[in-house]
Amino acid sequence: MGPRLPLMLKDAGLTAFVAAALGIFIVGFRTVDQGGGKGLGFDYHLVDLAVAVVVIFIGRLGLSMAANGLRWPAIVLGVAMIAAGASPMKLPSGFLHWFVALGGVLLVIRAIWPWANDALGAAARTPSGVILGKAGAKWFGWLLLAFAVLMPFSPLADQKTMDLGVLILTYVMLGWGLNIVVGLAGLLDLGYVAFYAVGAYAYALLSTQYGLGFWTVLPLAGMMAALFGIMLGFPVLRLRGDYLAIVTLGFGEIIRLVLLNWFDLTNGPAGIGSIPGPTLFGAVFAETPPPGKQTVSEMLGIAFDGNHRLIFLYYIILGLALITNLFTQRMRRLPVGRAWEALREDETACQALGINPTNTKLTAFAIGAMFAGFAGSFFAAKQRFISPESFVFIESAIILAIVVLGGMGSQIGVVLAAVLLIGLPEWFRDLGNYRMLAFGLAMVLIMVFKPRGLVSHREPSIRLHPAGSGGGG
Amino acid sequence: MTAAPSTMPLIEVEHLTMRFGGLVAIDDVSFSARSREITAVIGPNGAGKTTVFNCITGFYKPTIGRLTLRGAGAEFLLERMRGHEIGQKARVARTFQNIRLFPGMTVLENLMVAQHNKLMRASGWSLLGLVGAARFQRAEAAAVDLARLWLERIGLTADADRPAGELPYGAQRRLEIARAMCTEPVLLCLDEPAAGLNPRESAELNQLLVSIRDRDGIGVLLIEHDMSVVMNISDHIVVLDYGRKIAEGGAQAVRNDPAVIRAYLGTDEEALDA
Repeated sequence: MGPRLPLMLKDAGLTAFVAAALGIFIVGFRTVDQGGGKGLGFDYHLVDLAVAVVVIFIGRLGLSMAANGLRWPAIVLGVAMIAAGASPMKLPSGFLHWFVALGGVLLVIRAIWPWANDALGAAARTPSGVILGKAGAKWFGWLLLAFAVLMPFSPLADQKTMDLGVLILTYVMLGWGLNIVVGLAGLLDLGYVAFYAVGAYAYALLSTQYGLGFWTVLPLAGMMAALFGIMLGFPVLRLRGDYLAIVTLGFGEIIRLVLLNWFDLTNGPAGIGSIPGPTLFGAVFAETPPPGKQTVSEMLGIAFDGNHRLIFLYYIILGLALITNLFTQRMRRLPVGRAWEALREDETACQALGINPTNTKLTAFAIGAMFAGFAGSFFAAKQRFISPESFVFIESAIILAIVVLGGMGSQIGVVLAAVLLIGLPEWFRDLGNYRMLAFGLAMVLIMVFKPRGLVSHREPSIRLHPAGSGGGG
Repeated sequence: MTAAPSTMPLIEVEHLTMRFGGLVAIDDVSFSARSREITAVIGPNGAGKTTVFNCITGFYKPTIGRLTLRGAGAEFLLERMRGHEIGQKARVARTFQNIRLFPGMTVLENLMVAQHNKLMRASGWSLLGLVGAARFQRAEAAAVDLARLWLERIGLTADADRPAGELPYGAQRRLEIARAMCTEPVLLCLDEPAAGLNPRESAELNQLLVSIRDRDGIGVLLIEHDMSVVMNISDHIVVLDYGRKIAEGGAQAVRNDPAVIRAYLGTDEEALDA
């Protein structure tokens, strides 16, 4: 151990040097408008940079110690970092405290990881990358569902939480929809948001131009999106892997650019406003009824409350998401669902078995697009205003990240990843600019520790031996 | 499955030629294979055996040639059919030199995917299946029964619910054959099924292939390097070398054919020609 220490110090020094060299431009300086016509000037953040470099030096040293069996020194370093982060020491920004403490937490986790692993391994020798066993996943799923159904009646349900709930559920639904395409059929779709946009604009246009209601348009929007899915899919689904990803990426951009430039139809960048919200048996959510309509509070004989609309939206998206989930679960157990998974595993073998790859992919693509269309028209009804800005590539990327981080093909994994990727950045809005950094860190951590996603267990679609009997695996 | 009368060949390969740019992989090869027979295609490495298979199973479109399959009462020109239709309509099934199972899916699921077209019809292209119609449930139960039968024949019943990728190598080879058989083919094309098997597994494979020929009454087309497999079970042998057919006949005749000996033992052809 002794002779390794100089090597470790050298390694840590090198890492710190690289961090300093990179960080001097990224963290060290910031150009600021000095005001008063003095033009741009520099704002120096050298203390931030120094702290970061020191943290990286200690962190790297601790990591090499942990990797070389020097667990206790690593833990001491980690705890020291946590203490330093938590101390009232004067640092230029609150985030630096977080940065130091978080580094310490990571170091401690890394140092005790082998022990934790041994302990877990002794308890249950599970296949690689499993957080939840199959029984656990099922139980956890029911618990989450109960929580989601009861949430609006719990004391948690203030307006902020409900808004966040609706947002998370929208992404859960989109994740479940994309899971059919990416998780089951294995088609890397980087333009999923295009179908979301088609659904949203379908509702926005049909409701504002022709006065159709939400419940009438909802199936139409889904069909419209599915049609677009087929239109795109038919020529491109013979492409494999990366090529398909590039074409779908392009398609997503084309849809956005059309929405932006087809001014007569979409009103271009100004978007479409005053989209009516969803109605409850024909009654609207408003304080005063529009001519010829009834408000919900009148119909039910309750006092008007602005939150009712939000609760209603929450249950609509919860219902839509659950429909998506149930439909997918059911399809997985049908021949077409098995063919999707078989295509993901080996397209050549599928062809040899007489499965038409193009048609099978097309069904996955169209069904995935249909659910995006449903979600899109919900989005338009919720926002009451849509513009092409809501349908940029980053949305596709986030939905894809939810599917991949959740564990491809796992339904419960999508929920966990959506809560993590959508919920956490919202909760951590206080971090300001560092929010996206935390987002990136979370993604990297998941990929490092759970390369196959949060939930990588795959439940067979059919069993010969009942689950848990000796014959099975 | 009613096989064609044994007087008529099950598949007739006529003047098959396959060129890749300037390279002639197969040069005017003709042969035929019958039902209830095992026809082996042998030859040194690079002789064009797998290319013949890829033409028959629709992975390649032949440059020249006709491939006629006389299946259950119908005639199919394989060179005109799209890749998956050869499995779906002409009922030609194949396995691959490097095993191509669906490794993440269970053994049973692999056998269910093989029955896809039948089950798709029964599930009313998923609509009847979604509502859980009795007709679909009966069809699915029948499909599971067929899968169970094959699991028993290849000795993998206990492993039915394990991911196929976890099976030992020999079991994966057998499973791939069972999966091909679950498509209920009239012609089964096996690309080096004994590759990588130990002598005991190889003997089990012989038994399985013979039972497929005798019990299921279909035609088996076999590419193989393992001569113990070829010589013991083949009814008919076609020998390829450099893309041409150099010999054809029974095991004994082929074994003594000078052209075959020359191809395999590598006699110096220039010396002979001189």
